[in-house]
Amino acid sequence: MRRAGGWLLAAGALTLPLWLQSPYHVHVAIMAGIFGVLAMSLNLLLGYTGQLSLGHAAFFGVGAYTSALLTLKLEWSFWPALAVAVGLAGAAGFFIGRLALKLRGAYFVLVTISFAGVISLLSVNWIELTNGPLGLPGVPAPALGPWSLRTKTAYYYLVLAAVVLSYAVCRRIVRSRIGRALVALRENEALAESIGVDVTHYLVLAAVVSAAMAGLGGSLYAHYTRFVSPEVFLFTYTVTMVIMVVAGGKGTLAGPLVGAVLFTVLPEALRAVASWQWQMLAYGVLLVALVFFLPRGIVPQLSAAIGGRRRAEPASPTPRS
Amino acid sequence: MLAVNDLAVRFGGVTALERVSFEVRPGSITSVIGPNGAGKTTAFNAITGYLRPTGGRVTYDGAALTGLRPSAIARRGIVRTFQKTSVFPALSVEDNVVTGLHLRSTAGFLAVLAGRRRLAAEERSLAAEAADIIEFVGLTHRRREAASGLPYGEQRLVELAVALAARPRVLLLDEPGAGMTGAEKVVVSGLIRRVREQGVTVLLVEHDMRMVMGISDTVIVLNGGRVIAEGAPAAIRAHPEVIRAYLGASAGSS
Amino acid sequence: MAELLQHLLNGLVLGGTYALLGIGLTLIFGLMNVVNFAHGEFYTLGAYVSFAALALAGAGFFVALLAAIVVGAALGWLCEVALLRPLRNESIDTTMLVMIGVWIAMQNAELLGWGGVAKSIPHPFPTAPLVLGPVAIAPLRLFVLVLAAGLIAAAWLLIQKTKLGRAMRATFQDRDTAALMGVGIGRIHAATFAFGSALAAAAGALLGPIFLVYPSMGDLASLKAFSVVILGGLGNLPGATLGGLLLGIAEELGAGYISSGYRDAAGFVIIILVLLFRPSGLFARQERIA
Repeated sequence: MRRAGGWLLAAGALTLPLWLQSPYHVHVAIMAGIFGVLAMSLNLLLGYTGQLSLGHAAFFGVGAYTSALLTLKLEWSFWPALAVAVGLAGAAGFFIGRLALKLRGAYFVLVTISFAGVISLLSVNWIELTNGPLGLPGVPAPALGPWSLRTKTAYYYLVLAAVVLSYAVCRRIVRSRIGRALVALRENEALAESIGVDVTHYLVLAAVVSAAMAGLGGSLYAHYTRFVSPEVFLFTYTVTMVIMVVAGGKGTLAGPLVGAVLFTVLPEALRAVASWQWQMLAYGVLLVALVFFLPRGIVPQLSAAIGGRRRAEPASPTPRS
Repeated sequence: MLAVNDLAVRFGGVTALERVSFEVRPGSITSVIGPNGAGKTTAFNAITGYLRPTGGRVTYDGAALTGLRPSAIARRGIVRTFQKTSVFPALSVEDNVVTGLHLRSTAGFLAVLAGRRRLAAEERSLAAEAADIIEFVGLTHRRREAASGLPYGEQRLVELAVALAARPRVLLLDEPGAGMTGAEKVVVSGLIRRVREQGVTVLLVEHDMRMVMGISDTVIVLNGGRVIAEGAPAAIRAHPEVIRAYLGASAGSS
Repeated sequence: MAELLQHLLNGLVLGGTYALLGIGLTLIFGLMNVVNFAHGEFYTLGAYVSFAALALAGAGFFVALLAAIVVGAALGWLCEVALLRPLRNESIDTTMLVMIGVWIAMQNAELLGWGGVAKSIPHPFPTAPLVLGPVAIAPLRLFVLVLAAGLIAAAWLLIQKTKLGRAMRATFQDRDTAALMGVGIGRIHAATFAFGSALAAAAGALLGPIFLVYPSMGDLASLKAFSVVILGGLGNLPGATLGGLLLGIAEELGAGYISSGYRDAAGFVIIILVLLFRPSGLFARQERIA
């Protein structure tokens, strides 16, 4: 049953541009995909290690700016620029991970916010590099060999590939010894240490992968909108990511994707009815409501409803012995 | 062999441990007893790396343990349980124990990203091993349930199972009988003996005198942060200083 | 030298209000263990209340300040009772998420209510600066400095000398004993949150006329408040006071001698450096148990 559903989903995703009516709808799908990658990256930290990073926009921004600058100023091709962007974002994650090692909870959050704040200030003030508040227009579209990926449909497939790749990486990590170690750290750090889980190693690993993935999202964003400015560091992006993860279901694989689709499609659908300020206001109220009424998020609630009884959260699918 | 030499722990003005020295014979069951506040859990914390001692050394088979992180000490085969029930609450019993098997596998990040068949085989063998351990502690009927939902006594068994999964050579149990009924304590004592039969050295802190005297080969008595006696259970029971220490404080035995 | 003194003076004015922000948050974060990311929103609220009083109602400066304090306290009380009390036994992460939600909601409510255009608050003081030897200070700023000092002193007195203050300190040192002694724990929590929020609102009402008022001004205020709390040590009132003054001075010196664009970086850098190297704060007397 589940496999059939999976195939259906894959078929739908692969053929989506064919039965969407307008380029605008494809645009929404692309944005949903990019945010899906971002939400999955945040989920890796928040959902699995339990540490909240409110500075994820920094990694997103580093990825976007790196990719944009390399292709604009040094005229690199998209693919190596993407690789370096992902790598640099990952390095930033390593930096944060190692520095913030001793910190947990609120202190980790504060350091991530501060880090994002510093990077944001740099992007505004370091005009020689980033062109300051004016931003970098004219970021080139990617090309695959002779084919330019300029069209929305082509870009959709690029983003889809990134989503699938990110999902696969997350899945492999989560359903392995590494995933178990991360969950152990979240559930009971002292106990995890007593059975040999190296806290440093795993938190830094999670931070690096999470940051690199956010950098991937940043690069995709930059080459899609063809413009990068310090606005990528706006708190609204971070907030949106957090809502997507928390509402979708942190600590699940599908949750962030569901959240990303929901919170990309919904605002667009409601755009005619309510301005984005009303939507952001609603987000704030929604976050509070979620904490009170749906703390585990949508996906766990749904799968509990479908599955019938409440099962213990699986660390990794252990084959029936 | 686990050896503690001149171990000292001071917090500000308070001396929790002072000049504590003892050796734990391999393959033995050694108990550490003493009135409340004698420093027993502090000693455990210092040995297993949760506390940095202010002085002294802890060695295992000659290699120093002092200054290492708890996870590094676990990797050397010294595993501990905690005074307060410590499980992974949201995970099932099965998943608790599989998580405990962390050190059994060496799959790193790249292997996880790439590998398929080898990893799948490894996961299957881990699952089988977990099932064995769960059966050893007698929780097979609970294996799918969330650990946090289990009654207290069974949660402590989960805790033991997780510690055993880490393949200890020396197992440090912090008050394994605390809060348990008489029947449960008998079960735990039996498990401890069986664990020793498998070649694991056991060091435990315990307040229940009957349990201690029943299973221990050696008893070490701490009071006020110092070792005041060490020997076979019978000798300790009659030791004048030990009796004085216990009469001076409220008796902790059940 | 005169330039240095000028920067120091400006820094004191700023720092006085940062101290107010910090004292409020150190009570909430340090004592109640609530990660109040909405703290800056009470600051913004205070500024808008002050704007409403001064620009729209034509009231006096003191009245505006008082109104801000009262509104801040009232909303703070409401927040604690409605949102935090039911979650008191949850993990700190849960309350953190809730306060993030309150943050977003309050800011966008302000955006919707007042519009995004920055407003300037009219004030009754002459604009010509007073010259005091080598330094000059605008009368408004001097007034703000004096008022901030007064409020800080009042806060100290309340915590140290009054029954309420004693009850607060008792509750957060040992809740169970305090309850046994007859202290109404719920009321103390609500009062503490209200008090902290009122101080933030006061800071907003004081700084509002000096700078502009706009909906997102609270974001930086929150972070600077956290910066002050971390610098001074959790729950440490004198630490928060000193920390606030230090931050203000650091910002002014940074803006003056390095670059004004990076002014706000002082707060971020402090957070990062202190948390990495001296997590218990510069002034803490004992090691905080993390």
